[in-house]
Order: sequence, then C-alpha cells, then structure tokens
Amino acid sequence: MQDDAASLISLHGLERTFYLGDSKVQALRNVDLHISPSEYIAVMGPSGSGKSTLLNMIGLLDRPDAGTYLLEGRDVTTLKPDEQAKVRSERIGFIFQSFHLIPRLTAAANIELPLVLAGVPAAERARRVKQALQEYGLTDRAHHLPNQLSGGQRQRVAIARATILRPAVLLADEPTGNLDRATGEEVVRLLEALNAQGMTLIVVTHDQALGARARRQLRMEDGRIVSDASDVGDVSAAATGSSG
Amino acid sequence: MQLTDSARFALEAISSHRQRSFLTLLGIAVGIAAVILLTSIGEGVHRFVLSEFTQFGTNVIAVSPGKVKTGGQPPSGIPTTSRLLTLEDADALRKLPNVTGATPTVWGNSEVHGNGRVRRTTIYGVDADFPKVFSSTVNIGSFLPREGSGYARAQVVLGSKLRQELFGAKNPLGARVRIGGLSFRVIGVMAPKGQFLGIDLDDTAYIPAERALELYNRDGLMEIHVTYKEGVSSASVATPVRDRLILRHGHEDFTITTQEDMLATLSNILDILTMAVGALGGISLLVGGVGIVTIMTISVTERTNEIGLLMALGAYRRTILYLFLGESIILAALGGIFGLLLGIGLAQLIAMAVPALPVHTPLSFAASALVLSAGIGLVAGVLPARRASRLDPIEALRAE
Ligand SMILES: Nc1ncnc2c1ncn2[C@@H]1O[C@H](COP(=O)(O)OP(=O)(O)OP(=O)(O)O)[C@@H](O)[C@H]1O
Ligand SMILES: [Mg+2]
Repeated sequence: MQDDAASLISLHGLERTFYLGDSKVQALRNVDLHISPSEYIAVMGPSGSGKSTLLNMIGLLDRPDAGTYLLEGRDVTTLKPDEQAKVRSERIGFIFQSFHLIPRLTAAANIELPLVLAGVPAAERARRVKQALQEYGLTDRAHHLPNQLSGGQRQRVAIARATILRPAVLLADEPTGNLDRATGEEVVRLLEALNAQGMTLIVVTHDQALGARARRQLRMEDGRIVSDASDVGDVSAAATGSSG
Repeated sequence: MQLTDSARFALEAISSHRQRSFLTLLGIAVGIAAVILLTSIGEGVHRFVLSEFTQFGTNVIAVSPGKVKTGGQPPSGIPTTSRLLTLEDADALRKLPNVTGATPTVWGNSEVHGNGRVRRTTIYGVDADFPKVFSSTVNIGSFLPREGSGYARAQVVLGSKLRQELFGAKNPLGARVRIGGLSFRVIGVMAPKGQFLGIDLDDTAYIPAERALELYNRDGLMEIHVTYKEGVSSASVATPVRDRLILRHGHEDFTITTQEDMLATLSNILDILTMAVGALGGISLLVGGVGIVTIMTISVTERTNEIGLLMALGAYRRTILYLFLGESIILAALGGIFGLLLGIGLAQLIAMAVPALPVHTPLSFAASALVLSAGIGLVAGVLPARRASRLDPIEALRAE
C-alpha cells in the first residue's frame, strides 16, 4: 500500500454506478490510485471505460457511491457542496476538450473569472490577468471575444483561466481533441511546462503519442484501472509515482 | 464574489441579448407606465377635489338642525320637538374657547333689482364672521358690520359677478338695490372667488341673516358655520359646541359635521379610487412579470454549460442563485425606470393636451414603482435561478 500522507491524491475502492432506466452502468469499479505531487499522468482507454468519470471524481464534480478520496491527506468525499466548491476553486484546475469559454466575455474576462468568483479585489485581479495574458502570449488578444480567437488561442485562454489561482492539480480531459496536431503539440507543451513548475498534471487522451509523453500511464477498461505503468527512463517520476 | 462583480456579470449577460432583454423589460415598462399614468390621474383628481373643498379653510365645523342627516325642515304642520337653530345659538357658539368665529347661514334665490337692471341670484343671509369662516375677502367697501342682536340694518355686499352684471364699471357703493321687495344699501363688493364644483361663487349677494329670515319667511337658520384656531383638533372644538347646544336645546336635535371628518372621508374614497385604477395597471405589470419568468427560464437553459463551468471554477451554488436572481432584478428594475419615464412623460403630455384633467405624479409613487418592479424581478427570478443553482455540474458541462 501507498503512504496516504505522502500522496497528493489517494483513492480507495472508489465505485460509481450510473442508472439509465433499467440498465445500470458501472463507470468506476473498485478504483485504487495514489498520485504524488508534481506527477505527470496520462489516462487512456477505450471510449466509455470511465476516464472522464475518474477525472470528475478527482475534480470533486462527482461523488463516489463507495470508497474514499483523500486530497492532500484530507478526506474530501464527505465535504459539503460549498466546501467542495472551495477546494475546486483553490486546488483544482479544469481544462476541457470544448474549451468552455463564456462567449460574451473577452479573453481577459474569461481568464479573470476564477479570481472574480474567489472575491479577489479588482486591482489584484488586473495585475494577475495582465501577467497571465503575457505568459500565454495573449496580450494583443485580451479584448477579443472567444469567437474571434483560433482554437489554439481559445485553449490557451482556458489554460490561463485554469491556472490563474495556481492549483495543485490540473485536470485535462482530451485537451487537444478539438485541435490540429501542431496546435495540440503547442498546448501539450504549455501543460508540460506547468507540470515542470510543480503542478500535478492528469491528462485524459486517445492519442497514443501524446500519452507516451507522460511519465506515468494509466489504462482503463470497463471502469477498472487495468495497467499503471511508469516510464522507467524517468527515475524521479518512478520513485515518487509507484513505490515508496 | 463581490456584489459589484455580481451586478456587472448580470448586466453583461443582459446586454449580450440586447433585443431580447429590451422586449422583456418593455413588458415591465408598459406595466409600470400604466400604473404610473393611472395613479397620476387618480392622484390629480384627488388633489383637485380636495383643493376645491379646502379653499374655504379646513378648520370649519357645520351645525345643521335635525339629528339625522336628511337635511331640510320637518314637514310643516306636524308638531316637532326639535328646536330651530337661532341667531342666539350662533352668538353663544361664538363665545366658546378656541372658536374664532361663527356665522349663521340662510340662503335662497331671489331677483335683485339695481341700477335699472334685474338679475336672479343666490342670496346668503350671514353675519360679520362670514369672511373669516369662508376665507373670503372684500374687494371694495366693507363687509356686513357686527350689530346687536335683534337689529340689523338693510345692507348688502355684492359678489363680484353680480356687481359686474348690475353696475358694470360704475361704483356701486351707496347704491340701493331691491331684493324680493326689501330695499338694501350696497356697502361692499367681494373679491372674486371663482367656482366650486361648477357653482359660481361670485354670482351672489350677502345680507344680514336676520333680514334673510325675514325675506324667506323662516323661523330658523339653515346652518351655523363655526371656525376655530389653527392647530386645534376639530374634536376638541366639536365637543364644547355639542355640549353648549345640548344645554341650550335640552337634547341633541342638531347635527355636527367637521370639515376635517368630511375631508378625511372624501380623501379615503379618492384613495381607494386611485388604488383601484392602479390595480388595473397592475394587471399589465403581472403580464410583464410572466415575461421575465419566461426569458429567465430560457436563459438558464441556454446557459447550462456556463453554469456547469462556473461550478467547476469553484462557484458556490448560492453565487449562481444570486447571479440569476440579480439578472432578473436588474432586468425588471431597468424596465421599471423606463416605464417610470414613459408614464411621467405620458402624464405630462396628457396634462398639456387636456388641461382640464388634473394629473399629478407624487415622488412616492415613482419610488414605489421602482421598488415594485425590482420586487417583481425578484419573484420572477426565484424559480429559474433556483433551477440554475441546483443543476448537476457534470450534466451541465455535458449539455449541448
Ligand atoms: N451522467 C451519466 N449518466 C449515465 N451514464 C453515464 C453518465 N456519465 C457517464 N456515464 C456512463 O459511464 C461510462 C463511463 O463514461 P465516461 O464518460 O467516464 O467514459 P470515457 O472513458 O470518458 O469515454 P470517452 O473516451 O468516450 O470520453 C459510460 O458507459 C457512460 O455511458
Ligand atoms: Mg470522456
């Protein structure tokens, strides 16, 4: 067994079942998983195997039917909805395949949104948004609406938004699914750079090449994690990822 | 999330659908405009009627003979126990504390001959207190003098219209006029007083009450009007008046009506009228409110994705509730402001086009219209906003 205290994320016997009329779908079956700080993990597997469900669990958007989830040593499965919202705001960043930018807000306003929701004062917000726009090369697109941006620019806005509060965990569900190969590459490099700064990165992907870049690869089938392989070439990741 | 940020977020959502938002708030605007317009007319009529009555002053008490309010005299020939109101009663009331004047009143209709002309006019039998009680002023000459009881000279004061009709520009002072066979000397002319509910108050002649009793062959007065000091309550004067007359008559065979009571009753009736027409306008406000519920429901459905995103970014459920509630309230309040301007504008337009129709919009109406519209926004937004705040974040994010 992995040491819960040293883990960033510890999942024990997580179960999630969906009922659709009479039929029952077990999206997660007895999932055990330990993730250390600043790991880079790719989650792969066939469609419907439960990858998104797992990511939603880790992001506290969904509740398991059974099992426990410890985030930074704290049991977050039993938290009240508002407490979970606070954890999402402070510790977790989401990146979606379809970007999920608010169409009526400019790039800058979309990036600012988590700060606004967290009640950060306006002056501080302006400073941090300006910095983020700079970091992601969006300064000259700051006042453009999402429909005036390219796919790659939209995903950069989404990444800037997900990371503006410096979360501990970055969850990306097929972040390159709507992008061409070159733009996808660019986005992945951005995510990897954030991981290099210490942010734990979990990417769901169907792209083998992209998945191979991660130091640790999880494979899911029918709600189970069927393989958990660490890149032996990267010693530090192996050391923190699967032993200890 | 800070309040100003929430308001800005809601406002941006409203302005992202300009046409739709405008049409929705137009529904509220029309309702508010209707309420403002109708209540403005109601309030205008209210003020007009009250000012008609208060032009005589509000500190007046009327005493009329007979206990029940049927008015007039008991049928002749039937013996009655009720004593008539007399000039002595008026004199007695005048001496009560706080009473500043009491005028006996008798009136009738007679032909007035003077300067070779004739005019049928209203004759009032009063005494020296009349100008004080009815807030009238003398233009030239003087009013009837105070005289010892049992002796009143045959003098007359003309209303301005009557003077005009009989004497034109000529000075009437000192001239003799004949009223119903009696001869009177003109000693004054009243200042114009205008109309009261369509009756010309200047087509009149004032003679001593004693002479009027004689002229119309009456034994008792028709009314005694008592006026009292400003700032004294009407009840504190009405009670001594009643006591004094009961003392003089042996029992209560008269009726006391205070101007204050009458105005209060009238004011109540007119208030109910204003409220009734306001409620009529309220129906269109209700329709506007339903429009807001509809558009907010559509908005929540359209923005399901956005709601899911906000939850993923760490928004509390109540934050989402407030955002949509705020949107609904702002939409309705904007409609309210627009409707207020529309209503006041229309009221002014009517006031200009039909000057005879009194229109008045008190500030309190405007303020309550705004509060009302915001309240409608709140109520209309509750259901859609609650639905938004209870969405499942994953379902919301997956919605197309
Ligand atoms: N809200 C839901 N209601 C009912 N069934 C659901 C729901 N969410 C997921 N499922 C089911 O759970 C299973 C796992 O779904 P999930 O979205 O996690 O798959 P996935 O691995 O992300 O697939 P894909 O690669 O196609 O995105 C699927 O069979 C899916 O139909
Ligand atoms: Mg998926």
